[in-house]
Amino acid sequence: MMSNLVFLPIFIPLFFGALLVFFNKKQKVTVNISFLVVLLSLGVSIFLSYHVFSTGPLTLETGGWKAPYGIILVADKLSVIMILAVNVIALTAAIFALSSVTEKMVQHYFYPLFFLLIAGVSGAFLTGDLFNLFVFFEVLLMASYGLIIIGGSKHQFRESVKYILLNLFSSILFVTTVAFLYSVTGTVNMAQLGERVAQVEQQGILTGIGILLFIVFATKGALFPLYFWLPKSYIVPSPIVSALFGALLTKVGVYSMLRVFTLIFSHKLELTHTFFIWVATLTMIIGVIGALSTSNVKLIIAYNIMPAIGFMLLGIGTFSAESLAGTIYYLVHDMAIKAALFFLAGLLVWHAGTSNLKKMGGYIKTAPLMGWMFFIASLILAGIPPFSGFIGKYLLLRGAMDEGHYIAAGVGLLSSLLILFSVIRIFIGAFWGELKEEPKQAVKTSGLAASAVLIAISILLGVGAEWFYPYVQAAADSLIDPQIYIDYVLKE
Amino acid sequence: MEIIMSILAGTLFAAGVYLILQKQLLKIVLGTALLSHGAHLFILTMGKLNRGKPPILIEGIKDYTDPLPQALILTSIVISFGVTSFLLVLAYRTYQSNKTDMMDQLRGTDDE
Repeated sequence: MMSNLVFLPIFIPLFFGALLVFFNKKQKVTVNISFLVVLLSLGVSIFLSYHVFSTGPLTLETGGWKAPYGIILVADKLSVIMILAVNVIALTAAIFALSSVTEKMVQHYFYPLFFLLIAGVSGAFLTGDLFNLFVFFEVLLMASYGLIIIGGSKHQFRESVKYILLNLFSSILFVTTVAFLYSVTGTVNMAQLGERVAQVEQQGILTGIGILLFIVFATKGALFPLYFWLPKSYIVPSPIVSALFGALLTKVGVYSMLRVFTLIFSHKLELTHTFFIWVATLTMIIGVIGALSTSNVKLIIAYNIMPAIGFMLLGIGTFSAESLAGTIYYLVHDMAIKAALFFLAGLLVWHAGTSNLKKMGGYIKTAPLMGWMFFIASLILAGIPPFSGFIGKYLLLRGAMDEGHYIAAGVGLLSSLLILFSVIRIFIGAFWGELKEEPKQAVKTSGLAASAVLIAISILLGVGAEWFYPYVQAAADSLIDPQIYIDYVLKE
Repeated sequence: MEIIMSILAGTLFAAGVYLILQKQLLKIVLGTALLSHGAHLFILTMGKLNRGKPPILIEGIKDYTDPLPQALILTSIVISFGVTSFLLVLAYRTYQSNKTDMMDQLRGTDDE
């Protein structure tokens, strides 16, 4: 019976997401139900994490089909950490939604799409089947297609067309790659794939298929040189949608890489993983250059997604227990802080009535709390100790140094400095100096509350690293030895 | 049979790639439709094509059609059908609100 628990993080948002379609004219009812749902879902995910960390991973064989034949859902340590993070983000998004989701957005099905997005992301984290991963990718992408055009402005249409076309193309590539992999190995179950690829020591064409999969996930995760769609399409929707995209969507790409390139394609490290390190280095450089090149506040934050993805990929490329732990730590940290920064940037843009940094100034007098929160969030993002960004970066850079990747580590350090510069520029430009223009509207309390929760979590992750690190290390240890996962899923 | 199917899938891919490199939005949408057709045929071919065999393994029957690619292709067809129809509507709305369907005029600036 316990194994049915694995299905709940997908089922709860999926069911209530569908249910809320009927209440799109009743904002109050919708908001109340959505709060209940995020709290319920968070409770379930906490219980699931507790269960997995105390008694070991859980699997659900859907429809009673035994492991390699049917679709299976696996909640191992990495999955439950991600599920927990997603549900925390969902809770804060529900709080932020109080101030930012208008009646019109509710009528245009914001809440159903929001919950379908959460269901898709949770499913992607829980599935143990490569084709099923594609299906959950589509579920979350469909929801994101709906979310990105809520509002229906001219530039939203323009950017969402590009976003959808690119994601559609990478999805087609994903299906094709799964077909390749199926024809070579005869299975789409990730555990069995891991076993069979290991048996033939990932020869010839399998490495090629691995790189194709990497291209698919790199497009979803916005790595160099496939990042070009990301910045503009992430700034056009409403701030809450931007925050959800920035916190969750690219991270699903990173999670998939983390899973696939530790479990399945981890036998030709000198070929694939060295390549990852170079891609990671270039992604960091390009992302930072982008963030420094613009004076659009939202665009600066959107560009800052890329160096973070670069850091996570650096951990996957280094491929040691420590660097993988760093990647997981950084993944969780980045989900929280990216959501917080997108929230704050959204609040700032509403407050100022413009997203152009050059037209802002002196808002520390009109919105002191928001200003200082932005300042702390900037420090967390750059990785100043004792905040959470520091722990993740420390693990990643030390891992990279230990394995002799000095150039990548050096670029990482330098890019951290430039990240700090790019976001502090917003703080200086928007909050210091004389008040240039009267603020257009007061800062909304619930928006600040949502950001405050996320910043508090980031600080807790940094200061309390001693408490959280053992769990992350345990998850990384189970990644570095794929046999644990394979044996568990295939019950050998 | 597999070779003919592979050539067909390859042709569809080539035509699809040619179309998505065009500037006009509608052509790009059609290109993605062709690409997904190519991918679907490709999945079917990858599971080996058998004629007149049951898709299930019963004791005593050694020769059977692999049912998995058919399940995969069905899922994939439904998804790409949905996305393509959504994309067509979106392309039309984009054309309406931006007054152009040429990709090089849909570039946009930093400050909006």
